[in-house]
Amino acid sequence: MTPRLQLRGISKSYPGVLANDDISLSVLPGEIHAVLGENGAGKSTLMKIIYGATPADGGQILCDGREVPEHGPAVSRELGIEMVYQHFALFESITVVENIALSMPGRMDLKGLAVKVREVSEKYGLPIDPDRLVLSLSVGERQRVEIVRCLLRQPKLLILDEPTSVLTPQAVRKLFETLRKLSDEGCSILYISHKLDEVRELCHSATVLRGGRVTGETDPRTTTSADLARMMVGSDLPEMLLQPSELSTAPLLSVDNLNMASESHVGTSLTSIRLEAYGGEIVGIAGVSGNGQGELAAAISGERIASAAEDIVLEGRPVGHLDAGRRRDLGLGFVPEERLGRGAVPPYELSENALLTAHRKGMVKHGMADRNKARDFTMQVIDKYSVKAHGPDAKAHGLSGGNLQKFIMGREIELSPKVLLVSQPTWGVDVGAAAYVRQTLIDLSRSGRAVIVISEELEELFEICDRLYVISNGALSQSLNRSETNVEEIGLLMAATGSRDQDAEQRAEDMKYAV
Amino acid sequence: MLFKVEARQEPSRKMALAAPLIATGLTVVISSLFFLSLGLNPFVTLYTFFVQPLTTMNGISEWLLKASPLILIACGLAVAFRANVWNIGAEGQLIMGAIAAAGVGLFSPFQESIFLLPLMVVCGMLAGAAWAAIPAFLKARMNTNEILVTLMLTYVATLILSYLVHGPWRDPDGFNFPQTALLPYAGMFEVFDYSYRLNTSIFFTVVAVILAWLFMERSFLGYKMAVGGVAPAAARFAGFKSSSSIWVGLLVSGATAGLAGMTEVSGPLGQLSSQISPGYGFAAIIVAFIGRLNAFGIVLGGLLLSLLYLGGETVQLSLGLPSSIALIFQGMLLFFLLASNFLINFRIRAIAVRAH
Repeated sequence: MTPRLQLRGISKSYPGVLANDDISLSVLPGEIHAVLGENGAGKSTLMKIIYGATPADGGQILCDGREVPEHGPAVSRELGIEMVYQHFALFESITVVENIALSMPGRMDLKGLAVKVREVSEKYGLPIDPDRLVLSLSVGERQRVEIVRCLLRQPKLLILDEPTSVLTPQAVRKLFETLRKLSDEGCSILYISHKLDEVRELCHSATVLRGGRVTGETDPRTTTSADLARMMVGSDLPEMLLQPSELSTAPLLSVDNLNMASESHVGTSLTSIRLEAYGGEIVGIAGVSGNGQGELAAAISGERIASAAEDIVLEGRPVGHLDAGRRRDLGLGFVPEERLGRGAVPPYELSENALLTAHRKGMVKHGMADRNKARDFTMQVIDKYSVKAHGPDAKAHGLSGGNLQKFIMGREIELSPKVLLVSQPTWGVDVGAAAYVRQTLIDLSRSGRAVIVISEELEELFEICDRLYVISNGALSQSLNRSETNVEEIGLLMAATGSRDQDAEQRAEDMKYAV
Repeated sequence: MLFKVEARQEPSRKMALAAPLIATGLTVVISSLFFLSLGLNPFVTLYTFFVQPLTTMNGISEWLLKASPLILIACGLAVAFRANVWNIGAEGQLIMGAIAAAGVGLFSPFQESIFLLPLMVVCGMLAGAAWAAIPAFLKARMNTNEILVTLMLTYVATLILSYLVHGPWRDPDGFNFPQTALLPYAGMFEVFDYSYRLNTSIFFTVVAVILAWLFMERSFLGYKMAVGGVAPAAARFAGFKSSSSIWVGLLVSGATAGLAGMTEVSGPLGQLSSQISPGYGFAAIIVAFIGRLNAFGIVLGGLLLSLLYLGGETVQLSLGLPSSIALIFQGMLLFFLLASNFLINFRIRAIAVRAH
């Protein structure tokens, strides 16, 4: 059978990053093909190239055996390639059918179109009322509108970018039914995800990406989650850069039986989290994204307040009831994964951003902010942490990801925290800055502080951590020593609990099967 | 040729200065066409609107007298708006401030005392703040929408005022007019000159502008509130409490509105009646935004809006234009002003269309 879509040696680089490196894959008619990979693995870039939204630097795209010479979204439409983006492009203040009409060629015929929308939505089990205003629709319903919009053009290849990240488990079931029906009719589907259980349930074949390269091509129905996880996070781990160090006698931070309900239906609830971090070590928290990392970071930092004071203990003092500012006063530093808008205020100057947390270093006198002190502090951070910025009055959103991360890390470390929690320290950070950030964390831990790193990059965790925990489905594993564990064990822990509605017994079953 | 609206990387400083000029230019052009179509000479009309009111001492006195409460209220509102706290009910807080001040002035035992006026100032501010404390409490505790609550409380305040001046507080010697007796002399601000109405309460506005600038641009609390408005996640990250922004924002804006109400009764009005404000509380919202939530910008915004009020009256009197035409003109200028502010943060670029 001629493949519906074939990629040969696709490459694409952005300044400082090779987003796609010699990627080849092929999708048969009616096949549901998964593209698996962690954040930053190059999935989204690849999809944009296939859809024609971004030109590739090199390589060939073949559709039904014919090469696509000059690609673009208009060409895609002619070829029958449609894409449902992760972020919807709908106008809220007009109705569903009006939104769809905007993307249809030819004259606008709202009545006729509404009839067609009803037909398609009933046929594929995507109930949607064409006359409703988009602003009254839930996220799941909006996604249906996007899918219906694509289906109206009778696509031959449908691309879905992380479609379930915004859906409840029930909505995921419905979506899968629709996709299977489409596949039975011969429509090929490219399904981008990092959720192993979904891919194993839905897809016929999978291409796994890591760091912009293909690291595996398998049939996910017969591959274990552990194997898929390994392909995603890599197995060739670097040597540890760490020297052993003296640990503090008592943990600087301990979390004891922390439970926290999720704030929204797409979040993850935390259950019985137990964690300890001693001075002099780096503790890593591994896991596939969306398993409660964000919630855990917010609970420890104090952005969300845990139920009881004793749930979180900092240097022997219960802090579970205190907000982020009070915890910082007591020596808990935090560097969040979102640098713009959370770790820093985007339109503010660096010196104004210094004030955000470093105001406790004598920058406030009689209620007034001391701008000179804030400037001096900022200069010091810029120098000491080699932040590339034109000065303390550079706006935070003008800095590159790596430089802003250096600034935020520097700011937090200069507050001399006893415990530093860092979430995704090297997301969107170029290679040089990433190495610098990791070394800074190592140095900090070796000076007697406790460092906790939440990361989805297993390589990174193995490089810098003394101990590891694995988070999955809102629960934390036992502590694992870096020197005594291996990728297989971690992959199992990550994968075994990867599914949302599996209970503990089933997890144990999985473990036996995989071993 | 297609046009594309793009967010600017940085707000344009040039545009920040040019926007009011662009707006004025557009208003002059469009309104001239509008006046011509009505058979009016645009030069004469524009002159009557903008210049003639300021050619007499009385005109300047009235100009400042009207600008003062607008600026005072807008300063308080800017503090709240910067923190994304939307107090739309300054009008109600103004009325409550006026009621409290008049109540003290008319019924307290200090009728002749020099402390009467300061006491009225304090009570006016407290009453305005207390009226704003209701939505603050509801928002901080139960997350109600402060836009709705402040707005609805404005109607409640209007009804309380109406009840008082029609009922218990009505002047027995006032020929049944819905108004109270005149305030005692000790409860009134001094005028600068007996021919004009401008009084010493304008110093409160001057002080309020300076304090608002210090608070918003230099104080740490002002910084914390602004962070909460621009990047709520960053405020949570830093541990700044959103409830304190809600309280401070509403109490400060309530107090300034209450003070404005007090300066009206102790100034040009001299008594309570069923109509004590020509909508200063609502117009101050416009002033705050024309001034781009900056204390000194608000001064300019207040002077402009006050001039529009006067100009509207002048064209009615001297050219015999209907008041609706004055309103259309005012609306046009405000529309262009706020619309051209868009260009500070966005730019419009022509893009070439690729043929297929």
